[in-house]
Amino acid sequence: MKANPRDVNSGTYYMDGDVAAGYGALAAGCRFIGGYPITPSTEAAETFARIAPKAGAVFIQMEDELGSIASIMGASWSGVKTMTITSGPGYSLMMEAIGLGAMIEAPFVILNIQRGGPSTGVPTKTGQADMMQARWGSHGDYEVIAIAPDSPQELFDYTIKAFNLAEKYRCPVMIMSDECVGHMSEKVVIPPAEEIEIEPRRFYNGPKEKYLPFKPDKDLVPKMVKAGDGYNLYITGLIHDERGYPIKNQIEKGKSQKLPTRRLVDKIRLNADKIIELAEEGMDDAEVVVVSYGISYRVAIRGIEIARGKGIKVGHLRLITVWPFPDKKINELASKVKAFVVPEINYGQVVFEVERCSHGQANVVLVPHGGAGVHDPDDIAEAIEYAAKEKKKIRKVIEWKTRLEKFVFEGGYKLNK
Amino acid sequence: MAKIPQKIIHNYLRHRKQFPHVWCPGCSNGIILGAIIRAIDELKYERDDVAMISGIGCSSRMPVYVDFNTLHTLHGRALAYATGVKMFKPEMKVIVITGDGDATAIGGNHFIHACRRNIDLTTIVVNNNIYGMTGGQYSPTTPTGDIATTSPYGNIDPVFDICKLALGAGATFVARTTAYHVIEAQSFIKQALEHKGFSIVEIMSACPVIYGRLNKKGDAPAMMREMKENALPLEKFDELAPEEKQGKYIRGIFKQEIFPEYTEKYAELVASLQRE
Ligand SMILES: Cc1ncc(C[n+]2csc(CCOP(=O)(O)OP(=O)(O)O)c2C)c(N)n1
Ligand code: SF4
Ligand SMILES: [Mg+2]
Repeated sequence: MKANPRDVNSGTYYMDGDVAAGYGALAAGCRFIGGYPITPSTEAAETFARIAPKAGAVFIQMEDELGSIASIMGASWSGVKTMTITSGPGYSLMMEAIGLGAMIEAPFVILNIQRGGPSTGVPTKTGQADMMQARWGSHGDYEVIAIAPDSPQELFDYTIKAFNLAEKYRCPVMIMSDECVGHMSEKVVIPPAEEIEIEPRRFYNGPKEKYLPFKPDKDLVPKMVKAGDGYNLYITGLIHDERGYPIKNQIEKGKSQKLPTRRLVDKIRLNADKIIELAEEGMDDAEVVVVSYGISYRVAIRGIEIARGKGIKVGHLRLITVWPFPDKKINELASKVKAFVVPEINYGQVVFEVERCSHGQANVVLVPHGGAGVHDPDDIAEAIEYAAKEKKKIRKVIEWKTRLEKFVFEGGYKLNK
Repeated sequence: MAKIPQKIIHNYLRHRKQFPHVWCPGCSNGIILGAIIRAIDELKYERDDVAMISGIGCSSRMPVYVDFNTLHTLHGRALAYATGVKMFKPEMKVIVITGDGDATAIGGNHFIHACRRNIDLTTIVVNNNIYGMTGGQYSPTTPTGDIATTSPYGNIDPVFDICKLALGAGATFVARTTAYHVIEAQSFIKQALEHKGFSIVEIMSACPVIYGRLNKKGDAPAMMREMKENALPLEKFDELAPEEKQGKYIRGIFKQEIFPEYTEKYAELVASLQRE
């Protein structure tokens, strides 16, 4: 299905990433954003508030982030595409509802323009330290999809993709961008509506009496109806059967083995190959592979250039999709290369996934960054150089001592024995 | 010679705190902080006996500049933090500084429940009719029809009357004034601090740089003049014909009542159980 021309402000612009995400949401067919202002994501909400009513879409500034995410789930089950926009503390407040979203399989998108944390942290500066929170933030077992754009153009393009994934897999989809990308201004091309591919909602159109809201199709994803269309909907955060009815008693009595959480996890894990999008460069003869995402991908490009200037064979794997994690790809590479180098603006999150999937085959080097800025490419280059030279197999994640870390901590704390 | 008021403020500023502060020129936050400090000074509280707790916002930055027991917490949650402090330091004067958004949007639930409990906290709600810190989004007190960055075509939401909300929820001291009426503000704050039970003083405040600019309210003096003209004592307000009331509002003390206070009730409960 193509985008509706009503929703697409085609043209060539110079805009920041937040604004581009607002345009992207509308182009994707988003009809409702419930949001709450928070730096550095507010401009995306402000943009949608400005452009939405003209296209008949709705922005409501809710009283907080709990209200924001709950409102979009209500709208989602009422049949429309929805998103919320947040950062840092606001994202933390949304965690409980993310679990509900996974449980009731409401398609929706969360735009997180990450800032420095924890707590109020550094509201106006960048960070990539919510990556594990995106994956595990709500209680219980569930899976999400998370993507990491690297430019304003991508905040437009991948916001659309996020909506498409949400409709296709009916799970919370997170756009894990960051302040640097959200606040950088670059050229953004919004194509004509007929060039934008839109995933329609999976509406059920069989006989009413046969409808089972949680009976999956072959790809493990069920079809949806709208509240109010006469299907006696019963949507609950309790563990439920295909009718949507709670089944705690059946489970206790041993009458039901089919825990629906199994499907919530499997519909993402078993479809991972279809969901995951990666980009790679210079892999053919690589000895070292840099694994990066979001803004750190762009900074790493320069680090790789410097390392190649010194004759090191280094490839670049970009995680456009961070969750589900590309287990297979990393495992495969690990058997061929000496080491992975992972620059991220945190003290180690995605790097531990790389370590997990490498299963001890290759060394794994973290280039950390405490936030409020991006890496110095020289640090990445030096970490690559080290990784290429290191002969020993080191059975833990190696933390590269960057200039900044040396400057701030002079090599770390010394704990009393 | 009597100390000039400016000097009193200086006694309480954190001297090692880096100045300048974050506030824009013409902002009322400094005036209101001055009134709070002078009220505390006149009451001769020891600074160690005062806790100043705030959420997040321009107004919520007040406690970080003054040398009381500062707790700069989370957006909307200051009253809940303060409840914890007060339960274990009932002898302390616990002051909560909060903005209109902080108190009545994200913190609305804590606000009504703190009122209802009648716990002995003094809450200063700095109402500038906007989210100042995040750059001008509408708050629950942005007048209907006004422009904010998230209501570029005019706000369609009806507004909260914060004092009525507090009255309805059970606060036992409720007052409103403005940053223009600074002597009155100081007096209301003093009475609120001396009140046993949940007290709230709503202080209307000028945000010329964000709210004023978005709504063409003129500069800071113009906004002060507007407060002078629009905020009327109850008697004066009542004399007005209905059409003259447009845009005007009441300042004054709406309620001052003694009702059992929460920490005392809890202490009694403990005492009675331990006697058994
Ligand atoms: C959970 C959470 N959501 C959003 C924010 C962003 N934020 C900081 S201050 C603020 C609004 C402040 O408005 P108000 O309380 O009226 O204070 P003012 O700045 O106007 O004095 C917001 C939304 C935050 N810090 N935490
Ligand atoms: S934005 Fe408004 S409330 Fe905040 S400091 Fe500036 S003038 Fe004051
Ligand atoms: Mg305010």
